[in-house]
Amino acid sequence: MSVPSPLPIPESSPMKTMFPALLAALLLLFQPVVAQSGPVQDLLQSQRALIEESSRRTIGPAIDALADSGLPQVQSVLQAWRSKDMWQRKPDGHFFAATKNADGTYGLTDFETGEAVGAYPKSELAQIKPNSGIRALIATALVKFQLTDPDRALRAAALASISRDPEGSLLSPLRTSIDSEDDPDLRARKIRLERLMTMSFDTDNGARVAAIEEMAGDLGVDFRATLNPILTTRIMIVAKDDILDENIAADLAPGSEMLSREAAYALLVAADRARPVVTGDDRDAALEANILGGRIAGKPIAQMNTETARDEAYEALAEASLAPAFVTSQDIDAALSDHRFVEVYLEPSSDVTDAAKAALEISEAWVAANQAVDLGLDALSLASIYFLAAIGLAITFGVMGVINMAHGEFIMMGAYTGFVVQQLIPNHTVSLFVAIPSAFVVTFLAGVALERLVIRWLYHRPLETLLATFGVSIALQQLAKNIFGTQARPLTSPGWLDGAWVINDVVAISYIRIAIFALALMFLCLFLFIMKRTRLGLETRAVTQNPRMAASMGINPGRVNMLTFGLGSGIAGIAGVAIGLFAKVTSEMGGGYIVQSFMTVVVGGVGNIWGTLTGALMIGGFQKGVEWLNPSNTLAAQTYMIFFIIIFIQFRPRGIIALRGRAAGD
Amino acid sequence: MNRSFIARNPSVLVFLSLLALFTIMVTVLSEGFGIGIVSTSFVKTLGKTLCLCLIAVAMDLIWGYTGILSLGHFAFFGLGGYMIGIWLMYERTRQIVATSLSEGILPPTPEETEAAIANQIFGVVGSSEFPIVWAFSNSLVVQLILVVLVPGVFALIFGWLAFRSRVTGVYLSILTQAMTLGLSLYLFQNANGFRGNNGLSGLQNLPGVTAPQSVVSLWFFWASAVALGLGYLLTAWVVSGKFGSVIRGIRDNETRVRFLGYSVESYKLAVFTLTACISGIAGALYYPQAGIINPAELAPIASIYLAVWVAIGGRGRLYGAVIGTAFVSLVSSWSTGGQAPDISLGFYTIRWVDWWLVLLGLSFVLVTLFAPGGIGAIFDHLSRQSNGRGTS
Amino acid sequence: MSTLLEVSGVSVSFDGFRAINNLTFQIGTAELRAVIGPNGAGKTTFMDIVTGKTKPDEGNIIWGEKSISLVGMSEARIAQAGIGRKFQKPTVFESQTVQENLLMALRKDRGPLAVLFYRPSPADLERVAELADDMGLSEALLRIAGELSHGQKQWLEIGMLLAQEPQLLLVDEPAAGMTPAEREKTTSILVEAARTRAVVVVEHDMDFVRRLECKVTVLHEGSVLAEGSLDHVTKNQAVVDVYLGR
Repeated sequence: MSVPSPLPIPESSPMKTMFPALLAALLLLFQPVVAQSGPVQDLLQSQRALIEESSRRTIGPAIDALADSGLPQVQSVLQAWRSKDMWQRKPDGHFFAATKNADGTYGLTDFETGEAVGAYPKSELAQIKPNSGIRALIATALVKFQLTDPDRALRAAALASISRDPEGSLLSPLRTSIDSEDDPDLRARKIRLERLMTMSFDTDNGARVAAIEEMAGDLGVDFRATLNPILTTRIMIVAKDDILDENIAADLAPGSEMLSREAAYALLVAADRARPVVTGDDRDAALEANILGGRIAGKPIAQMNTETARDEAYEALAEASLAPAFVTSQDIDAALSDHRFVEVYLEPSSDVTDAAKAALEISEAWVAANQAVDLGLDALSLASIYFLAAIGLAITFGVMGVINMAHGEFIMMGAYTGFVVQQLIPNHTVSLFVAIPSAFVVTFLAGVALERLVIRWLYHRPLETLLATFGVSIALQQLAKNIFGTQARPLTSPGWLDGAWVINDVVAISYIRIAIFALALMFLCLFLFIMKRTRLGLETRAVTQNPRMAASMGINPGRVNMLTFGLGSGIAGIAGVAIGLFAKVTSEMGGGYIVQSFMTVVVGGVGNIWGTLTGALMIGGFQKGVEWLNPSNTLAAQTYMIFFIIIFIQFRPRGIIALRGRAAGD
Repeated sequence: MNRSFIARNPSVLVFLSLLALFTIMVTVLSEGFGIGIVSTSFVKTLGKTLCLCLIAVAMDLIWGYTGILSLGHFAFFGLGGYMIGIWLMYERTRQIVATSLSEGILPPTPEETEAAIANQIFGVVGSSEFPIVWAFSNSLVVQLILVVLVPGVFALIFGWLAFRSRVTGVYLSILTQAMTLGLSLYLFQNANGFRGNNGLSGLQNLPGVTAPQSVVSLWFFWASAVALGLGYLLTAWVVSGKFGSVIRGIRDNETRVRFLGYSVESYKLAVFTLTACISGIAGALYYPQAGIINPAELAPIASIYLAVWVAIGGRGRLYGAVIGTAFVSLVSSWSTGGQAPDISLGFYTIRWVDWWLVLLGLSFVLVTLFAPGGIGAIFDHLSRQSNGRGTS
Repeated sequence: MSTLLEVSGVSVSFDGFRAINNLTFQIGTAELRAVIGPNGAGKTTFMDIVTGKTKPDEGNIIWGEKSISLVGMSEARIAQAGIGRKFQKPTVFESQTVQENLLMALRKDRGPLAVLFYRPSPADLERVAELADDMGLSEALLRIAGELSHGQKQWLEIGMLLAQEPQLLLVDEPAAGMTPAEREKTTSILVEAARTRAVVVVEHDMDFVRRLECKVTVLHEGSVLAEGSLDHVTKNQAVVDVYLGR
């Protein structure tokens, strides 16, 4: 308390209670400005009783009176009220905005003029404490003001709050606010929200139907979210011949797909219109409750070890009126046939529900079509991942005929190279562009080393190549584990690759997938360029087709094989960086791609890059297709894909694009 | 006929004698029946190793003799394990459930018991009903037949498809690998009735048997030894005659065999199916000793390890497969079991657990490059020298 | 002399290239025939088609007394029907003994079960020894086939074909890489074999063909260019143009 108060009276002082009148008089003397009456204060005073009562049930008219008064100061009143900053001065019952001073007194501000009224001790004031229900009502009333607030951010926030929690009372302020809205984006959002709210809240059914029909076929989630509550139903049970004055959605026949007999009967039971079914547990409980001298209904307990014996014993109990009889199938049929099960809309107007139903159907058809597009994009991006993982293999296995089980480990090696580069260069964009060539160099060298040290000695012994490279794969995997540990290492993509390209509420594709697709496309072109347009490609093709002839023409097959294998491995390394961007980098990541990659190459047809491309598209498409049919189970999709491949190879043992005749080489 | 077969193949007799000797020795040293030097867990390790040797013999028959590098035989091994596991788990659960239900006031009905067993077994995958694949789980006899039948039929169908379309060499290897992956993924799914990635557990407990594990482990050890002995004998007999000639012919020159009028596909299919059945039996003996089986056991990598064992031991020689498997799998369990000492280099401590796989991978590369005959080739060399024939 | 094999109107193409073009060819029982032609004339493809390795795009192949169609039959079935084939390179089972090689080829039930329980009878062993003797391999009966010389491997392969007891023997360049003495012997083996069965020899070497003293068929671009005695075809102008004249 650095600043002395005008009247330093301790709050707990006995004087407070002893001389209230004197104090009041003194206080009045000290007031520099005496509050003046004005339209706001008058309005507040007119609702004083309700405000003081501060009850959720009764406060409505008070808030409405304020909100509908059209007074410019009402917004600040409501804000103060909601944030519990509105206080009442006890002597005259006037309302003020109050802020707490450092010395414990409260500075009051007049709503009318916004001028300070003076400082008062807490004892002179009463805080208006609206509960959360009232605060919500105030907030709703405030929205009307916020919708026209000069601050764009506030208007946007108000719109967001309305669309989160729409209410009929907000419809008209929203409508009125549209005309004055000058921001085109907000205006469009307001118009859309107005249409949606019209569907739900307009009092005129014709307007609602018009709004619904106008937007039919819209893809927005908000549109479907608006229609669904309109179409909410409940099941009503009525006697067979009763006439129902409701908006009926459907008559449900018990035993149909919509309503099973059991469910229908359970509804009857719940509505007290039928006797509950005696379940196995009920029966057993009744049996246990009726044991007399080791016997139930005259039979020894030991005989109760079959369902039939228990049923018979229970029936005996039921006959002796010791338990309710079983509800038989006939009982159920009789009860069901006496009643009608009707699904009725909560929405009374059938015009509205019909329009909503039709609109929803159109929208859903559109959504389905767009989902198909989305699925296609998904499949395409999966295919590009497979293609990316397989393209290095298409070179080493497809072109050279060398089966490299360590191919997956080269992918892993590339991904770890990316990780290491990222540790050295913190800028993600720069590090990515450094990582790609580094990964190529690292895996190129690894590939060359593998070719020189191992594979070179095993040409024409493919099975042994498979085994030896598998040994390399085990060793590399464990080596990576020893160096980098077992936990997954993140390879963070640069910021500009985050996010997604959103086409509409259904179709969206993340930038990273687009980047991978582009990368796959680039590799395809690179491969074609190298094979068709460069010396290395020419020599590779020559060595592949006839090594001896190529050698006699001055080509060094050893060198060509080494470079080609290095190239294939290098591309695997780059694929590793790309895959690391969206999948976890672990020492075992390669294993997940090796089988798929081989399948891609084999299904496509060995020795043909277009085959690999087709194979990747087919496998990616098939896998996404199965996932679409059975969305919860990606494992099943992979399983079916493998079985599909096994079957496929039956019909095209040499892949989609196959060489035939002697060139195929038996 | 068999007498002359043994007479013509003295190595079979030597192997069987050594196996018998080994079995007796382990029994004498065991905790269950002997002086207790060999612990029960080590008896289990040895018993499991014998099962692995048996599947390695099968692998040698399909790969070393017929030239088909199957990367799927561990799938058949796993299937065998699952088939026996189904009975073991069902029967043991049934006994537990029967005990707990008998504490109720009313004597349990069969329906109640079934429901309780199903709930107990499948609760973990959110189901309380027996899937169709458990239809015969209450019958030991049927499940024992299925141990052979399921891998056999599976191999028959897959082999028929693969061989019919003349998929050979590395393509076939990759296809078998894909098959294994597919099967493993299938078993991983909760909905398919094999308890998903939980697998089957508690298999080491024989239902209705009160004998301690030290004794049970010896029973399984003996059974494994007998199975290995019989499997070895059968395989040696199969490869000894004209059939052996034909399959080795297929390995070396498939086309020539075909133009000699042999239906190569039938032979391949026969060998593929036979070895799948042997693998199934090996798996059915292995997993009760391991105690648990889950789909990860069927992962493609396991089948490749199998090829590694056989290659290190020396393919095309049955004893080579056994030696390689026993050697590598025992060293592997020794080095990964934590008993192996660390080697300190001052600045870095080499831990066996970390470096064993690197060593295995590299030694495998070296064997493939420099010693395609594996360990078995050394024995060949020695026996040839002692026969005074020398190599040409 | 009745017709044993009748090939009519057979064509096959690989990626647009017509390897065999409307080929028609006949051979009778117990006939020796030489097929000659320049490289790429379709000689090996012709054999591939007859033995079932390559499926023809069109045309018919009728075999034997019962006139069975060979199109669509598997290689093994065709071999069992009585067509034996010898490859250009000697293909024997190099890791097995000469005896094992011959036993495998011996005409017996080829089913897996029968083979599994098969144990050679004394009669079988005798037949094998006899065949080895005919081929001059009796000394080498227990040797590993891989250790044999090039010529010996060729004879072993022919011996294996004879052990199959085929009605038709297709022999691809049997004399390639042989010494003159070995050729002499090969000639006599083939002529001897042709007494009881049909033998088709594909050969480049004119001297060798002349020594066979048989009808000659000249193939060119996948069809028959000329047929007749060697003297007859060597006088044919078309043959001279495409083949001999070069």
